[in-house]
This record gives sequence, structure tokens and C-alpha cells, in this order.
Amino acid sequence: MTSFFLNGKPVTVDDDPSTPLLWVIRDSLGLTGTKFGCGMALCGACTMHLEGAAIRSCVAPLSRVSGKHVTTIEGLSPDLSHPLQRAWIEVDVPQCGYCQSGQIMSAAVLLKENPKPTDKDIDEAMSGNVCRCGTYSRIRRAIHRASELASEKRPS
Amino acid sequence: MSHRYDPSETPRPLLIQDSSRALPAKPSRVPRRDFLKTSAAIGGGLCFAAYVPELAARTLENSPANEASFAPNAFVRIAPDDSVTIIVNHSEMGQGVYTSLPMLLNEELEADWSKIKVEAAPVDPAYNHTVFGLQMTGGSTTTPSEWERFRKMGAMARLMLVGAAAQKWGVPSSQCRVEKGAVIHSASGRKAGYGSLVAAASQLKPPADIPLKDPKQFTLIGKPTRRLDTPSKVNGTAQFGLDVQVPGMLFALVARPPVFGGKVANFDASEALKIKGVRTVEQVPSGVAVVADRFWSAKLGRDKLKISWDEGPNAKLSTSQMLADFSKQSASPGTIAKKSGDAAAALAGAAKTITAEYDVPYLAHAMMEPLNCVVDLRPDSCEIWTGTQFETVDRANAAQVAGLPPERVQIHTTLLGGGFGRRANPTSDFVVEAVHVAKIAKAPVKVVWTREDDLAGGWYRPMWHDRFVAGLDASGNPVAWTHTIVGQSILTGTAFEPYGVKDGIDSASVEGAADLLYGIPNLQVDLHSPKIGVPVLWWRSVGHSHTGFSVESFFDEVAHAGGKDPYQLRRQLLANQPRMSAVLNLVAEKAGWGKPLPPGRGRGIATHFSFDSYVAQVAEASVEKDGTVRVHRVVCAVDCGRVVNPDIVKAQMEGGIVFGLTAALKTEITLENGRVQQKNFHDYQMLRMFESPEIEVHIVPSEVSPTGVGEPSVPPVAPALANAIFVATGKRVRRLPIRAADLVAGSGARS
Repeated sequence: MTSFFLNGKPVTVDDDPSTPLLWVIRDSLGLTGTKFGCGMALCGACTMHLEGAAIRSCVAPLSRVSGKHVTTIEGLSPDLSHPLQRAWIEVDVPQCGYCQSGQIMSAAVLLKENPKPTDKDIDEAMSGNVCRCGTYSRIRRAIHRASELASEKRPS
Repeated sequence: MSHRYDPSETPRPLLIQDSSRALPAKPSRVPRRDFLKTSAAIGGGLCFAAYVPELAARTLENSPANEASFAPNAFVRIAPDDSVTIIVNHSEMGQGVYTSLPMLLNEELEADWSKIKVEAAPVDPAYNHTVFGLQMTGGSTTTPSEWERFRKMGAMARLMLVGAAAQKWGVPSSQCRVEKGAVIHSASGRKAGYGSLVAAASQLKPPADIPLKDPKQFTLIGKPTRRLDTPSKVNGTAQFGLDVQVPGMLFALVARPPVFGGKVANFDASEALKIKGVRTVEQVPSGVAVVADRFWSAKLGRDKLKISWDEGPNAKLSTSQMLADFSKQSASPGTIAKKSGDAAAALAGAAKTITAEYDVPYLAHAMMEPLNCVVDLRPDSCEIWTGTQFETVDRANAAQVAGLPPERVQIHTTLLGGGFGRRANPTSDFVVEAVHVAKIAKAPVKVVWTREDDLAGGWYRPMWHDRFVAGLDASGNPVAWTHTIVGQSILTGTAFEPYGVKDGIDSASVEGAADLLYGIPNLQVDLHSPKIGVPVLWWRSVGHSHTGFSVESFFDEVAHAGGKDPYQLRRQLLANQPRMSAVLNLVAEKAGWGKPLPPGRGRGIATHFSFDSYVAQVAEASVEKDGTVRVHRVVCAVDCGRVVNPDIVKAQMEGGIVFGLTAALKTEITLENGRVQQKNFHDYQMLRMFESPEIEVHIVPSEVSPTGVGEPSVPPVAPALANAIFVATGKRVRRLPIRAADLVAGSGARS
């Protein structure tokens, strides 16, 4: 049995501790917002947060998260209010949308660590996330916009 | 035991409704037909129609509409709470049809846009493509083919709602108008929301005559409108095929042969069966299936399988050998696809001739969502959940394997995590295989392809070789152009062959070449279609994906050989093509053609006509000392007829440019000893954000009917880039993907 916190709630699973976290969360816990793209940490579709850091859950064994806090796209905000979600909607970033959970989870860590990223900062932080539909220019634009929205929210 | 996370605690503002189980698989009143008798060919714009307007206009007998809703036809349902459900018969794979088609319908319905919900259509002849006569998504045809029908379906509903209000108020319909989901009688100040009229409207007969708005009155069509599916795609609630969960569902992976056409000789499952959670391991026609409680158990089980393969006739296939064979074959003329004037005579009399050969590799679609399919097979029914572009075909193929009549097979089309043509397979490979697996699973089962399975799974864009000879007159103008194409036919051997292959020419092999827009007086295009055991398929822009590159690169060579500016020579030879001339001139102006660039940077231009749309692009690029190509900027101009949603058109141009650049710079599928050499995204690399250029899209306003948008921006970008590299370095790229080694100073690529 392995216990951890998923989007703030305690969960316990009986999957083998070597099972990649992605499959535990998708198949055993039924939360499918995080996607499978490559299984080798090459595309970023499975990005989630472990104690606030971005991880590739397709290669992270369940044992690694025991007792720790994991956040998935479903835990980002209860109501589409996160600045990244608002910006993504405003810019209409997604096409097929399959990679976007991972894109947003990577961008969330970037903005937390660097609230005013430059294009270069964005390119570097997002280089591990592939989008086959080619929404890169909109992702870049939406991250800048989310940065603005986040600063508007903060009291001046 | 597991403490399952309760998804109900996460808000699910789903605009895209799940139609799962909404429709029992019972026969509808309209007799079904054998799709092969009534249906169409998909390639190269060829078609024969079996679209029956009366079917669209009827309400489905098995419609999920409850008694209280008003469902005047198969495409729209209005509920007493004013909510409007639009049933969309084309698959959403990123191209925006779950927004653009509702826009068409609501232009006429004039419901409150915030009350619109979208539902995926079940499989039914009512939803057949208006041109191809089967339910499908492809060929950049969704908006063009639904341009009239979706507006009519909305207008029909509006006319009936107005009729119901007028009857209630005892006034003529002509005195009523509609606004934001309500009928209004201005003279008396009365107003009734659509929801309040559904019972009365349901009693009315559909109007015989359904006039449509004058485009001057459009209020929604042509306006940038946010996509309806975006909210569900930023909070994890959007449901793709891989996300489908059915009670009691098992998971399966299939070990497929390492060589196309191979077969299982024998296998040993003893180690696989020791993996916790593995339920059964059995042979299926495509390989050996491992069925387990979870994906991961199935994966571990498959890793433990020991299989001996009978590799069959393709065990020696080699793409490097094919490269040489294709080139050799191109030296002799093939079957004539197009002949005007006398190219041979004109070449003989030309002041100068130039020859060049181009190569492009096999390419995988590599959708971000690997293939998958959920099947619940029962003795008298089969229920399928998958992201498909080919519902009618998949249902017919699945029914055959299930041993059921097609009407006992239901397909729930989920969102597609990319399609690009791979999910429109005439053999329904990933669906048929899943039905076979369901037979051995004896429970609902989700068959999942890993990335490795997906990349090695075939159905590639064919490998192509293009050989050109051009003749120039003394002033440098091209007077003759011959083009010999070598590559596999996509349609031959499929049910679509009779419609797409004529006189030995697969129209998809020569599109973009045989219909050359340039005014060159003597033209000959011919084709060799070698039969090779690698399964091939349409891949975003199909034949145009090679002819765009080869034709537009060679045209650039012709311009330089004749001492002409590549933009000006295009202008000159497109003089009789006003729409292409307009996009060409626009892109040149916006890109600043002829203006100075920073040192080391080159600008290249290309045009391409495909899917009835006109696109021109200018790329700016430079090449670093180590041969690395930097694409700085791509400017795109498009004329795709009347634009429904300008922001979606821009997004498709942007996406197609990145897709085309990925093919230009990154990807190839190669085979040695019959085995695909690429495994995953480390050796089949996608363009990433830091490599993605600044993209500018300019739309030429048009009042003609809409034409294709999903594919036409792909073909021109590789040649625009290659032409820019020529300007920047003097090296001519004649083979994709572009290789850094060819561009290092002093290397072989030449002008």
C-alpha cells in the first residue's frame, strides 16, 4: 500500500511501488486529465507537480511520492480561475488539447519561480513539452498573459 | 483495495457532452445500406455522393432527446431550459469543428451562444458527409461540405420556433423576429424564449422551403469566436479515447510483428502470465494480445512474451535501397498523369535545361495521443469508444469481425488527440484489432498502443522521389517542365481504389503536380507506383506533402537558373490565377520581399494550391556553422473562401506550418531488414517551442464558399524554408529532412 496526497486529498493505492505514477493516477485512481504521450519523459504530456516541482509522471515510480503532495491538472484550480487557465482560454491556445495539461503544469512551475519570464525563459522552461498541433506561439503568448493576470491579482 | 479519487469533487464544466450510452443500438427507421454501395472515395477530392438531404432533416428515431425537447432534425435539440445541443457529425481533432460547425448552425438559429453545447453524433446515415456519402472527417472538407447543411438545420429550427410563437400570439410569422434565443413580436412587445416554445414547435411540420440569410446579414460567421472546447482542455475534463472508463474494463497491449506482413510462428506466454494482474495472453490476427487489469500490468506482461515470428516477404526491406531504386526508376517515364503541349520537343529546343531529383521519407502521423480503442462486445451488440475520423467504415469493419449487422455496432466518437489522417484507415486497423481482443478478453477492454507501437505501426505518408527536367528559353523563362513521380499508391488495394485510381493514376500521388497552376506551355507529369509491403496512408496534406516541397523547390531552381527573382517569376506565371496572385502579392508585401535582411539570413518564397485553397508563404532562415537551421519567421497568406472563424483559420495555418517544419527539419521513418528504425520521440523528434518561428498569418477576404483550412498551410513551408536556405548559403536542399551535415560550410549540397 502506498499513501500520498493527490490534489490535497489523502489517497492510498495497492499498485506495485514500481508502477509509474501516471498509470496509478489514471487507471487506479481514475483521474485522466494527465496524459500518456511517450512513456520515456520525452514529450511532457504527463507533467504533474510533486511538492511543487514539475515531474514526468510516466517515469516516476509510485514509491517516489509516498507521503508527498502530488498536484495534477485537475488540482490546479476548482473553477478555471488559475491565471494560466484564464490566459489559455483568452488566447484560445489548444487545438486537439491532448498535450495542454502538461503544457499548463510546466508553465505553472515556471511562473511560480519566475513571475515575469522573457521569451527566452519560456522557451527554456517549455522545451520539454511537445505540441504536435503546433500551438507554441500561442502558448508563449498565453504565458505572458497569465503573468500579467497574476500580477493584476496581487495587491499593488 | 484502492481509495478511488472522487471525480465529482472536481468541477466538470463540460461543454462537450459525453454521448456515451446515449443511444441504444437499435435499428433506426431508415434502412441502412452497405456503405460500399453508397459511399465515396476519400483521396484527391474524388467523390461520388450518397448524401440524402431528407435523412439529415429527419429527427433520429432513437434520438436521446427526451419528450420535452424540440429536435426538428438530427443536428439540433432545444430544451425547455433554453439550452441548445448541437450534434456534430465531424470529429474534433484540433481543427476547431466543434466550434465552427455550431457557428454555422447558430448563424441561422440565433440562439444565445452561451447556451450552446456540443455532442458527438452517433453513427447514422443522417450524418453522412454531404460529398463523400459516409460519416467521416478528412480532406479539409468539414466546413466546405457543411456550409449549407448546418445553416439549413439551424434555419429550420428557427422557422419552427417562430411559427410556434406566432401561432400562440395569433400574429403572422412575418411580423416576428428573433434575437439571442427569443422570438419577439415588436408591435405588441411580446417576447418568448426558445425554451418556452419547444412543446408547441414540436407539433409543427418542418417548413418545405428554408431560405438562408444573405451573407451581408451574418452576425456570427466571420467573427473571431472563442472555441467551445477550450475550457474542458485546460482543466483535464476533455475526454479523449484513452480517457474512456467503462465499468469492469480491462486493458490490453498487442505485440505486433517486427516486420510488416509478419505472422506469429509460436509464442511462450508463461513468464507474461506470472505478472500480477495479467489475465490472459492469446494470439489475435495482428499478433499476441496481453489482457490485464491495468495498462501497466499488460505492458510488463508484454515485455515478458517470447515470440517467434514468421517474418514473411518484407524481411529485407531497406529504405536506403528504395532510395536508389526510386531514383533509377525515375529515369524512365511512368504512366502519364498530365500532358499539355509537347514537353519533349520544347526541351530539345530549349536554350538551357536543368534537372533535379528530390526525396522525401516515410513519415508517421505521431499524434500526441497514441492509438487506442475501447470495445464492449456482447452476444448481440458491440459498443466502441474511440477517437476516429472514419465512423461508417469502422462500423462496417467492426461489424464484420464481431459477426453482427452494422446497426448492432455503436461507435462513440471521443475527442481525438490529433488525427492528421491516421485515424481514417480503410482497414480500421486499430478498431478491428480491438474487436478481436475483446473476443478473448470476454470483458470490456481498452487496447492501448504505446508510442513505440504507434511509430512502428505503419500507415505512413509514402516515401516519394520526384525527378524534374525544365527547359528555359533564351530570356530565362521556363518553356517546358517534366516531372516524374515515384511512390506507393495510397488508394490501390483499398475499397476506394475504383474511385480514386483512374487509368493507373492514383490522384493522391500526383495532386499538386498534375494540376500545376503556373503557365508553362509544355508540361508532362508521369507516375511510377511501386508496390512495397509498407502500409501507407493519407498524412496531413496527402500527396501535396511531397509535391509542395518538390515543385516549389524546383521552381525556385528554375528561377535562379534563368536569372529571375523567384517572386517575380511566380507573379509572371500566375498572371491567369487571380486568387493565387493575390495571396502571393500579399505575402511578399507583408514579408518585406526584397528588403535587406541581417547578414547570413535568407528569405524564401513558395505557393501551393490544395484542398481548393490558395496559400503563399515566405520563410526567413539562417544556418549556423555546424549546419543547424534557424527558422526566424514565417509569413503566410491564405485565401480559403469565406472565413467562418478567422481565429481558427489562423490557428490552423500556424499549426500546419509547425507540422510542415517538423517534416522539413526533423522526422523520417527508415527501415533496415524490414524493421522500422525509429522508436520514440528521441529518434523521431518533434519541433519544440525554442525551434518554432514567429508566424504571421494574413487572410485574403473572400465571398466565395469556404474551402479547406486544416491542411493547405503544410505544403508550402518546407520549400519556402529550403528556398531561404539557398539564399542564405548557396546550398540547395533536395532531400528531407534537412540534414545539418549537408549544410556545413564546404559540404556536398550544391547549387
